[in-house]
Amino acid sequence: MPVAPLSDGRRAWARRTPAGTLAAWLGWLALVALTVFCWRVMTQDTIWSFVRDAPAQAADIGARMFPPRWSYFPVLLKPLWDTLNIATLGTLAAIVLSVPVAFLAARNTTPSAALVRPAALFVIVASRSINAIIWALLLVAILGPGVLAGICAIALRSIGFIGKLLYEAIEEIDATQVEAVRATGASGPQVLTYAIVPQIMPAFAGISVFRWDINIRESTVLGLVGAGGLGLNLESSLNTLAWPQVTLILIVILATVVASEWISAKVRARFG
Amino acid sequence: MLTLSRLTKRYAKGDAALTDVSLEVPAGQVVGLIGPSGAGKSTLIRCVNRLVEPTSGAVRLGALDVTALSRSGLRKARRRMGMIFQEYALVERLSVMENVLSGRLGYVGFWRAFLRRFPQADVDRAFAVLERVGLLDHVDKRADELSGGQRQRVGIARALVQEPDLLLVDEPTASLDPKTSRQIMRLIVEVCAERQLAAIVNIHDVALAQMFVERIVGLKAGRIVFDGPPDTLDAAALTAIYGEEDWSRTIRDADDADEGPDEADEEAPRAPRPAALGARAL
Repeated sequence: MPVAPLSDGRRAWARRTPAGTLAAWLGWLALVALTVFCWRVMTQDTIWSFVRDAPAQAADIGARMFPPRWSYFPVLLKPLWDTLNIATLGTLAAIVLSVPVAFLAARNTTPSAALVRPAALFVIVASRSINAIIWALLLVAILGPGVLAGICAIALRSIGFIGKLLYEAIEEIDATQVEAVRATGASGPQVLTYAIVPQIMPAFAGISVFRWDINIRESTVLGLVGAGGLGLNLESSLNTLAWPQVTLILIVILATVVASEWISAKVRARFG
Repeated sequence: MLTLSRLTKRYAKGDAALTDVSLEVPAGQVVGLIGPSGAGKSTLIRCVNRLVEPTSGAVRLGALDVTALSRSGLRKARRRMGMIFQEYALVERLSVMENVLSGRLGYVGFWRAFLRRFPQADVDRAFAVLERVGLLDHVDKRADELSGGQRQRVGIARALVQEPDLLLVDEPTASLDPKTSRQIMRLIVEVCAERQLAAIVNIHDVALAQMFVERIVGLKAGRIVFDGPPDTLDAAALTAIYGEEDWSRTIRDADDADEGPDEADEEAPRAPRPAALGARAL
């Protein structure tokens, strides 16, 4: 009750009650205490002599990394192609698999809110809770090393991402447009294609290309666990301390990601 | 044409939206349904095509008992009932033509509709109704590029292309300016006369209703409390429908009651009628 009567008949107003003010201050105090505690945990195992000469170490590695070994570039073309394929094919597979899952998960299109919807939501959560690199570790063990494991890892991780964002888009559509098409005597599948699909197309295009963009980044590291692509070269270069090659690989990754971001932004602007 | 007998709708929470509503609308008659917000006007017209399932009572379209129909029977019945909506309810990202052709979805199969390969006869019908509502120049535009009045014309075209026997019209002018409102109401009344359609028009503008419809039904708290020609809607009737208020400025004076709506304003462009009648014959 932030409104309180004053002695002269007017009324005072405050944002919080006195108890609320006290609770807010205690909340801030707890936050400060937590920060101090975390700092202590973070620093107790730090060897400070190592931290002190960090600038010298960084300068040393930096000096070894330059100039990049440009002659290594032709070797990277094949892994780069693999990386793009892993990202693109993985995204396509994820789109094919996640669209039905999204329709089953959306409250307004699911055939059964009691049975099918929880199952679809579980698929989405399971896919999202496991990082692509962990999927890749599992799949390299199952399928053996190579591009196929990478594609499957990307696809399995992306189903949850695309499925979740798409089902949220489906739930946000304008219901009166659906009602209007249903009122013409349209069948269920016709209502889906005429009233629902046109409404979610911009979201669908944006989500898909955004995920593809993320997958380009993720697939550059999948090689670290043997799932093909640039990561394989990165790992072997790091292991042999070939710093100029590492530099070149990082430059190639950066250029690829910038290009994919640009394409992604263009597509989203077009469908926005 | 349309007969409602003791129609009742009770929502899950127990609120009675409609109680024992009985109403008969002959072919060619336009009924204005008035009443305060929450009186059940929208529920009533949605119970007719079962977008809302009535709790009890019957809806008959001619001899057909709509309330007893199976899913596929209901789809066939809905083809005979065109619906026009308050906020137009067009599929915004589809073209005008696609929106109008969606009125034929009940007649074509899934793949034909999906691939947008409608039979030529349906395309002919669509062009004919677009000409009737005066939108032939906008066929290829996307629905969200049109003005409010144009969108509602698309909504009317979508309903007419179904070749319905009945129009269910939910607040057709609620988001339109006064002049466009009159044009839209006039268009609805004219096409109903041309095609001998029965129509129920939900409307909260009492003066507009009096100007255009030939019969007014007043709904209050889910019950019919008034049913009669517009001229008999007096202050007492409005009080029965809406509650106590000074109604003297709302109702049309008895003096200009005989002045027809057509003389009252001349702004509406008239599309040639023979084309529309020809479309009906297709």
